[in-house]
Amino acid sequence: MPRALLLLALVLAVSTVVALWAGYAPIAFADLSGDEMARLLFFRLRLPRVLMAGMVGASLAMVGASLQALFRNPLAEPLTLGVSGGGALGASIAIAFGFGAKVAGVPFIFLAAFAGSGAAMLVVYRLARTGAVVMPGALLLAGVVLNFVAASFVVIIQYFTDYSRALQILRWTIGSLDVVGFDLIWRMLLFLVPGWITLALMARDLHLIALDEETAESLGVNVRRSERLVYAASSLIVGVTVAVGGTIGFVGLIVPHAVRLLFGEDVRVILPCSFLLGAAFLMLADAVARTVLGVGELPVGAITALAGGPVFLWLLRRQQRLAAM
Amino acid sequence: MEHATQLRSATAGAGVLLEARELSFAYAAGLPEVVRGASLALRRGVLAALIGANGSGKSSLIRLLGGIARPSRGEVLFDGVPLRSIEPRARARRIAYVPQASAGVFPLTALEVVLMGRSPYTSRFRFENERDITVARDALAAVDAAHLAGRSVTELSGGERQLVALARALAQEPECLLLDEPSAALDLKHRAGLVRHLGRLRDERGITALIVTHDLQLLDPAFDQVFAMRDGAVVAAGTPAEVLRDEVLAAVYADEHVRARQAFGRTFVWSE
Repeated sequence: MPRALLLLALVLAVSTVVALWAGYAPIAFADLSGDEMARLLFFRLRLPRVLMAGMVGASLAMVGASLQALFRNPLAEPLTLGVSGGGALGASIAIAFGFGAKVAGVPFIFLAAFAGSGAAMLVVYRLARTGAVVMPGALLLAGVVLNFVAASFVVIIQYFTDYSRALQILRWTIGSLDVVGFDLIWRMLLFLVPGWITLALMARDLHLIALDEETAESLGVNVRRSERLVYAASSLIVGVTVAVGGTIGFVGLIVPHAVRLLFGEDVRVILPCSFLLGAAFLMLADAVARTVLGVGELPVGAITALAGGPVFLWLLRRQQRLAAM
Repeated sequence: MEHATQLRSATAGAGVLLEARELSFAYAAGLPEVVRGASLALRRGVLAALIGANGSGKSSLIRLLGGIARPSRGEVLFDGVPLRSIEPRARARRIAYVPQASAGVFPLTALEVVLMGRSPYTSRFRFENERDITVARDALAAVDAAHLAGRSVTELSGGERQLVALARALAQEPECLLLDEPSAALDLKHRAGLVRHLGRLRDERGITALIVTHDLQLLDPAFDQVFAMRDGAVVAAGTPAEVLRDEVLAAVYADEHVRARQAFGRTFVWSE
């Protein structure tokens, strides 16, 4: 475990440097001491953006790993369960009605996306659960359908709102990590840190729940309580990341499975490792999004979806083979 | 009532480890009760079976006894203390419960699964230490499954998975084992093997075990105590010879065609 964390911390450090360097104008780190323009560019744009990518990536990967354990479903992640979709709908409603305002210093859009994510997760869970059993197929189907419904609502809302707001909403549906300065980053951390800590505290319980709920309960886990805490923390984290970066899909799928391949199936290892690798992954994906076109940039959500789609299909195929055995 | 007198005789014998007093349970408010006034007294250091027709409430009762579910009425006493007053992790160090076989989704190794049985002894941010690993390996060895340690549980057969689940329960170093239909997925040879393991654990470690089973052939002479359920209540209790009788079984299974006969020092049961 310490070795895995050390290794991934190293990967994260290298990724951070690469992501900081890469961009429309690669930054010569030597210029930072002298060149005022380079400093401004670096500290107002590049650094916040890379940090943001790291925070969002770490969040999505950690939530993905947690949801996979909670639902005992390797294909679960914020996007496939409709949690991102719900968050996007919440955010869109907030934008459409012009609720850019803050409630007690908190951007309303955070709260709206949190509410949307939480509601989506509850709906999906209720639909998929019959008695003590969560049906894996039904869970994903419900998630996908919920995403569609949420996306339709987002389109309808776009249709009825004025042009500038509609454009703003469009940004959410794909995902992007534009950020200027550190204001937003501090505000995000205010929400993300409690979410991260909650999930980290649940790691042991999730490890046991991943085997099966009754065994976990018999080993002294309060399964209902852990479940609620994981819901709340996941909805909070996904809500905030969606409110800021839109629906960036598949990070929560690719990263935990890469960690599984590298370090095995212990959820207590998978959670912190996914956190680190998720940060590195999205920093690099965002660096690619910023540079691949030469001029202008791609939405990072498109990059992760391109990478994540095949991974999902590969996992699906592997699951079917396992089930057939 | 016959079962009442037999219950008293069971309680009057050696010390009672686990006692159910008039338990009732429904899965949700408004749903019918699946356990209705069930009482039993499990003696310390015995191998006992819980039998009854499908839907008679066996699995629910054993979950109540294990503290996995809370009764809506009545009380479970463990070693004379109300079970609900025992903190869950402390309970897990004394009572181990094995649910009906589930395949599992993630390819954990058998040793990793057995190590989960050590979690009641490990704090939230610690991993298992050397002693935990020794206990886990011993537990696998105790059920003749040491060779499975490094295998992925998703690749094991139903019988092997059952052994791993049993080893996980043993790794909890419990006084009492509660197993829900452990023999359901097993073939003839593995069923006999399982009963042999349980008998050995009783004799060598003094572990008390209660298993839910439909396998009436296994009971006599390997088991010490048998409890029979019907419609959510325990309607007969006693030694296998006392319970495995035509008239008792006819009442338990609501089937007058059930026959029990002794031969070769065992009791055979069938329905005509």
